[in-house]
Amino acid sequence: MRVEELSLTTTIIQPRKGLWDLDLKSLWEYRELLYFLVWRDVKVRYKQTALGVAWAVLQPLMATFIFSIFFGRLARIPSDGAPYPVFAMVGLVPWQFFANALTQSSNSLVASQNLITKVYFPRLIIPLATVIAGLVDFFFAFIVLIGMMFYYGIKPGVSVVMLPLYVLLAVLSALAVGLWLSALNVEFRDVKHTVPFLSQFWMFATPVVYPSSLVPAKWRVWYGLNPMVGVVEGFRHALLGRATTPGPMIWVSAGAVMVLLLGGLLYFRKMESTFADVV
Amino acid sequence: MSSIAIHSEGLSKRYRLGTSAPYSTLRESLPALLRRAGRRARTIGTNGFEANSFWALREISFEVEHGEVIGVIGKNGAGKSTLLKILSRITCPTEGRATIHGRVGSLLEVGTGFHPELSGRENIFLNGAIMGMRKTEIASKFDEIVAFAEVEQFIDTPVKHYSSGMYVRLAFAIAAHLEPEILIVDEVLAVGDLAFQQKCLGKMSEVSRGGRTVLFVSHNMAVVERLCQRCIVLHQGRISYQGETPKAIHHFYNEIFVANRADGHVFDFDEAAHRYSTVGRLLKRIELYSEDDLPVLEGIRIGAGLKLKVYFDLPGPTRSFDMGVGFNNAFGQRVFTAHTLFEPSRPSGELEGPQVFVCDIPSFALMPGVYNMFIWMDINHQEADRVNQAAQITVLESDYYGTGKAPWNGECVLPHHWYLEQPAQVGC
Repeated sequence: MRVEELSLTTTIIQPRKGLWDLDLKSLWEYRELLYFLVWRDVKVRYKQTALGVAWAVLQPLMATFIFSIFFGRLARIPSDGAPYPVFAMVGLVPWQFFANALTQSSNSLVASQNLITKVYFPRLIIPLATVIAGLVDFFFAFIVLIGMMFYYGIKPGVSVVMLPLYVLLAVLSALAVGLWLSALNVEFRDVKHTVPFLSQFWMFATPVVYPSSLVPAKWRVWYGLNPMVGVVEGFRHALLGRATTPGPMIWVSAGAVMVLLLGGLLYFRKMESTFADVV
Repeated sequence: MSSIAIHSEGLSKRYRLGTSAPYSTLRESLPALLRRAGRRARTIGTNGFEANSFWALREISFEVEHGEVIGVIGKNGAGKSTLLKILSRITCPTEGRATIHGRVGSLLEVGTGFHPELSGRENIFLNGAIMGMRKTEIASKFDEIVAFAEVEQFIDTPVKHYSSGMYVRLAFAIAAHLEPEILIVDEVLAVGDLAFQQKCLGKMSEVSRGGRTVLFVSHNMAVVERLCQRCIVLHQGRISYQGETPKAIHHFYNEIFVANRADGHVFDFDEAAHRYSTVGRLLKRIELYSEDDLPVLEGIRIGAGLKLKVYFDLPGPTRSFDMGVGFNNAFGQRVFTAHTLFEPSRPSGELEGPQVFVCDIPSFALMPGVYNMFIWMDINHQEADRVNQAAQITVLESDYYGTGKAPWNGECVLPHHWYLEQPAQVGC
């Protein structure tokens, strides 16, 4: 017996037991795969497009342009005192990150069918990679947003230090919803047809084109149950500094994300063992 | 620390039967869910679920030691793939437990996760990571992989522009450089052109000689025979045999392939359709045996020994009698005739009554396929009895040349050798 064999890893294969067996440490073992899948998504996303990564910037810009005309100019929706285009863009940048991540991750497991049926790795990596890959687009859009703020002469206040937390909240929201939808989509392809409608509906349930101050005060805490409310409000607060401090709404959103995420993880783990048989 | 690499105990996997669609829609499954809930409530105690499911694997227990190369054989649907999927953790068992000591690399296909838009170089890293290699490990083997795949010039070209041969070569090259302690392989050798297959096989032998533990599933008995010391034979989800490879292959062909005909090696002529008797029904039956006297139930491997026993009657004291057995191929062409006339030490003297002629063929070196046997008997150089299409024998693909390549093309298999003439002698 060679000495090195003493250090062999031991794997036990048995029926999955226990609801709470999340096995998050295996994610760490497979971090390199996560890195490569993110890298692949980023690399491939704009291959064979004429405009390439410009799309990451064009999408929120076009939406801002259209919303500024229809909601800002024509409908005269208030914007908490900020110029409407900046107001809309600040909401759209995190929103489109979320909406894209939602679309991509809900389809991610089905799209990775060939991997799931042939190789083992923690399946969580797949939706996680699509969400993280979306951060690259977010980054480019964010740079344009900063440019726009310069143009309008808007300087963020001290509250900008909170921004990373709101980004994290956005990532967790996208991941939470992505876990649910991707796992559901393995068994029920209805999800694929629901997602476009869902993301449109969700946008109007989120203060992207309008300020949350339009929502009656007594409903705002409930409104915060939509995690993206907290994210968008947080972004506005951190960057524009004009919105009132989000307060309880943020906490409700953060709590909602945690519940959604934990539920998503449990559901995902429960379904994971049958993905390869069902997908 | 034991020397056991894989210990499997009662592994079972149950699949649900039901809708033909691989996935369901909400509209279909909501009513079904409600019905099931209702049924469960009403029929507590009876196992309604059992009826809608089947066991793809049942009670699979075996052990593999470190450094062993073990084959898994069985017909389609015997559970081979399910077993590999469980051992490579792609799917969970329903019951039972397996313990694996060592890093497992599974190759259920080559090129998993290749992305057509990415270059060869990028795909090497991506695929390597998917297979479980570390980035540094891939980087250190990169040149070797590229050289093995013979794609040096195209390494920065997107693989969608590769020929299918190049694509497969690159995919296999990455897989071949995977170095886990335990390797689980499924039929990946059936890729590429012949030359490349040969190279892959060489690599596989190298791997198996290198003290690695390998679990190898294949339909290609020639390859299994060459690579594996031991085999597990699966039949209808259960282990029907495990042991040394030659015996396992024999078991597989004779017990499983032949679908349980215990007397499949006996061909009785009582009701023979193509019988031409001039003297009488002298030929009784023929029995087929292998060189070690085991009944040949389904077939024999290329070049294996074959023993024919022909039972016949001599109506009266007879001094001169001869017997012939002809083998026709599927196209009705005679490929070989065995005849007592060719026997230098034929029996002499007068005989009478029931007799058994034994014909020993030390190496039945015909190509794989089914052969029809024609049997006739002469008394005093006159045909006395004849049975056409009296029996069939199947020759099975095997590693006749000991190279892992089953012979192809042609009718027969002859021992032969190739070598290059020494340069000095060329052109003399």
